[in-house]
Amino acid sequence: MTKIILNDKQFQDNVNKIAEKIFEDNKNIDDLAIVGIQNKGVFLAKRIISGIAKLANIKESQIPFGTLDITLYRDDLDNFGSQMHIIKDTEIPFDINRKNVVLIDDVLYTGRTVRAALDVLMDFGRPKSIRLAVLIDRGFRELPIEPNYLGIKYKSQKFIKVTCKESDEVDEVTVEL
Amino acid sequence: MFLKCKDLLGLEHLDEKDLQAILDSVKPFKSLFTRSVKKAPTLIGKTVVILFYEPSTRTRTSFEIAAKRLSADVVNIPVNISSVVKGESLIDTGKTLEAMKADYIIVRHSLAGAPNILARNLNASIINAGDGFHEHPTQGLLDLYTIYEKKKKLEGLKVLLVGDILHSRVAKSNIWALTKMGAQVAVSGPPTLIPAGIEDLGVKVYYNLDEAVKQADVVNILRIQLERQKENLFPSVHEYVELYQLTKEKLKSAKRDVLIMHPGPMNRGIEISSDVADSSNAVINEQVTNGIAVRMAVLYLLNPKRKNESSN
Repeated sequence: MTKIILNDKQFQDNVNKIAEKIFEDNKNIDDLAIVGIQNKGVFLAKRIISGIAKLANIKESQIPFGTLDITLYRDDLDNFGSQMHIIKDTEIPFDINRKNVVLIDDVLYTGRTVRAALDVLMDFGRPKSIRLAVLIDRGFRELPIEPNYLGIKYKSQKFIKVTCKESDEVDEVTVEL
Repeated sequence: MFLKCKDLLGLEHLDEKDLQAILDSVKPFKSLFTRSVKKAPTLIGKTVVILFYEPSTRTRTSFEIAAKRLSADVVNIPVNISSVVKGESLIDTGKTLEAMKADYIIVRHSLAGAPNILARNLNASIINAGDGFHEHPTQGLLDLYTIYEKKKKLEGLKVLLVGDILHSRVAKSNIWALTKMGAQVAVSGPPTLIPAGIEDLGVKVYYNLDEAVKQADVVNILRIQLERQKENLFPSVHEYVELYQLTKEKLKSAKRDVLIMHPGPMNRGIEISSDVADSSNAVINEQVTNGIAVRMAVLYLLNPKRKNESSN
């Protein structure tokens, strides 16, 4: 049994809400850069860029965009047994120095993914700031990491599944009951 | 991912899926090279021992850089100044290194099967860096990746290996990997340097280099091991040069986008002419760069196997 936390419309509404807030906080749009964490964070990041571009009345391509895979920076590689992750692209095709980077992911839980993502970004240079935007905050943090931009909070230790139109058929967030 | 073994001893026992998984894993490591910080913390706290019973600069350095870029601690053991000269056996050396908590042992040995002996007796991950005339799996993988990267496919490609196939572990690893991936492999060289029965591996043999070159998408030139010239396997170096050196002249009938490869170290003017080695078709330096990324991928993919088995 699963329960729908966000349906198709609510999903996109929350993405729009995040885009608006990021736009409000980044009037100096030239300094803004968006980085999505593989995989779902990349899809969300692209949508957020499209939202910001509309609000700022600029082209999407004017907002620097990167993708990031945290596999090589994980703190639990020893526990994987024989199921090593397939590593996706990390591409930061712009100079990260002095940028205000907003990191995008779908679900925030222990905070360990974000910890790894911060380390990856630091290896590319010294951004002016890094903020975090997530669609769902699942609670149960193990590290002192909090989102700056949040869709909804849904405290749960049960697995939360995010499906996006880009990879699946629908935009939906569900939780196992 | 899918490497079900703790060790990489050869490519003979990997299947197409394993090879494809390795190929798919290389790019993220290669993209690290373009960053200002060329390192990731993947193997932090792990110890990699490089145990070479034969001389090498390229492979040893490549493994060392690969391990260091993944943040492992690397120890080099050149055998000529180690306890081996006092008569220590291979297994005892291995056990000693494991007692020092080596997580990976990268071994090169003049005897085929030496890495297998270590793998059977130790919990550490063993990577074969060349054993006798048997295999040199990471060289085979980096050749495979370089071809894949340049030609975007392997299936149906015609790959020609030229030179001393008999003594070449590089050739063997190439043949295993390429045939499994659906490439058509041919070899060319003096009959004394072509192992009997090699056709059984699905390989075509050409004694005439001109004829072989015509059809090839890739020509991988092997080093003539001059130290073996004592065995009189070909009449003279001069004759070898005349018949089997890859020259501009011989390449005239080749495909225009033929890929020229060499595992190094090159004997310019013997198996390859200087102008061919420096031509735009040559990807010899790219092979070296890819070698590091491929070895990083191997270290990463073998990484988890030690967890529950190792003594710590």
